[in-house]
Amino acid sequence: MAQFNLFSDFEAPILSVTQLNFYLRQLMESDDLLQRVWIKGEVSNLSTPRSGHIYFTLKDAEASLQCVIWKSNTARLQQIPREGMAIEARGYISVYERGGNYQLYVDNIRVAGEGELFQEFLALKAKLEAEGLFDAERKLPLPPYPHTIGIVTSATGAAYQDMINTLKNRYPLAQVLLSPAAVQGDKAPPQIIKALQALYALKPDVILIGRGGGSLEDLWCFNNESVVRAIAASPIPIISGVGHETDFTLSDFAADVRAPTPTGAAVLATPHIDEMGEQLVNYFSGLTSLIKQKINQFRQEINELTANLRPLSPLYKVASEMQHLDHLEQRLYQLTAQQAAVQQSRLSAAMQHLNALNPSNILRRGYAILQQPDGQTITTVMQVEVDEAIQAVLHDGRLTLTVNKKNSKIEGDTRNE
Amino acid sequence: MNDKAIEEMNYEEAIQALENIITQLENDNQTLDDSLALYEQGQKIAQRCAALLKNAELRIRTLTETESD
Repeated sequence: MAQFNLFSDFEAPILSVTQLNFYLRQLMESDDLLQRVWIKGEVSNLSTPRSGHIYFTLKDAEASLQCVIWKSNTARLQQIPREGMAIEARGYISVYERGGNYQLYVDNIRVAGEGELFQEFLALKAKLEAEGLFDAERKLPLPPYPHTIGIVTSATGAAYQDMINTLKNRYPLAQVLLSPAAVQGDKAPPQIIKALQALYALKPDVILIGRGGGSLEDLWCFNNESVVRAIAASPIPIISGVGHETDFTLSDFAADVRAPTPTGAAVLATPHIDEMGEQLVNYFSGLTSLIKQKINQFRQEINELTANLRPLSPLYKVASEMQHLDHLEQRLYQLTAQQAAVQQSRLSAAMQHLNALNPSNILRRGYAILQQPDGQTITTVMQVEVDEAIQAVLHDGRLTLTVNKKNSKIEGDTRNE
Repeated sequence: MNDKAIEEMNYEEAIQALENIITQLENDNQTLDDSLALYEQGQKIAQRCAALLKNAELRIRTLTETESD
């Protein structure tokens, strides 16, 4: 029997320690559950040697587990472990072959309870989503130029200062109504709801709600069901800016617009005053060029109308009549001149004729007119007696003559008495 | 167009009125008189906008406890 025992002992494989630990390591690393698991416990024996790796033990009332965080993972941790802290650590279980112990290789740590919170978060999100609270059709549009901007946050928080500074720089035209509320802790949800309702009554154009960055627990009031419902029911568009870029809360889903940060919420709510100024300048020059264009258009129309109107205008008629008159006048002048020339030549012919008949011209040719002393012209010898004194009129004077002899043509050639 | 007095318009009302006027001027069916009147109105409104931008100063009011009740 002892031999059988001996044989059965030899039938079992013989492994070196190295082989065993390697085997166990492979076994563990092929197990899905052990490859990505959250382990909750309390931090103890925390050691942070100069290598940069972090070693600690996670323990609960009955057991303990060795944990290591490689230096390469420490920078990404949401939460730095501290001695005595209740945490949940995520990682994979494997064997440290040299020491022969298994341990948790941690790549993330969160405060204990956050995992449960997250489950709650997902459940509430699913419920509200199913109710349609986050539907796109429910979203209100943001006003382009908000006159009054409501803010719900802590009056003493950095988020408030960030929002005010942003609004001062971007859009100082607004009036801000700060409706203060605690934004962390148990008092936060009722105060946030009250602050929102106070603003709903005052009807600002837009509401900014938010807080600065913090732990998941700090931001948790923005996942409170009543707060989320109050935001979803808002008659006024709401912009949420909670925590950092990576933080999503149910308030973000319920809000009309989600901004990554409180500053981002103020940016999304407002246009930039410089851009408004530019737009105004553009509008103004557009206005001026439009009116210039308009005036030119009318001017052109008037020019065309004037051109069409000219032949119909009385002035045009007058001008045309005047031209006609000129023409007539010219013709009249021509006719008159012609007539005058004809008369002139008739006149000079008559003059010539008259001249020829002038007696003094005859006298020049050697003729004389005989007159009796009383001036009566002597045309016959019968009018004078011998020895009678008579006058001879020459062209340049008179002669007094005495008649010596009288011959009558009728009684022969010459009749002397 | 908004009949509200220009001096009482807030920025949104003023800029909307200005956009309105530009649209009307772009429309060809305006008489010269109407166009000039629109232009004059537009100038006044643009001046109102400029004044609002120039004189803007963020006003802040914190709601008191009683207002929240």
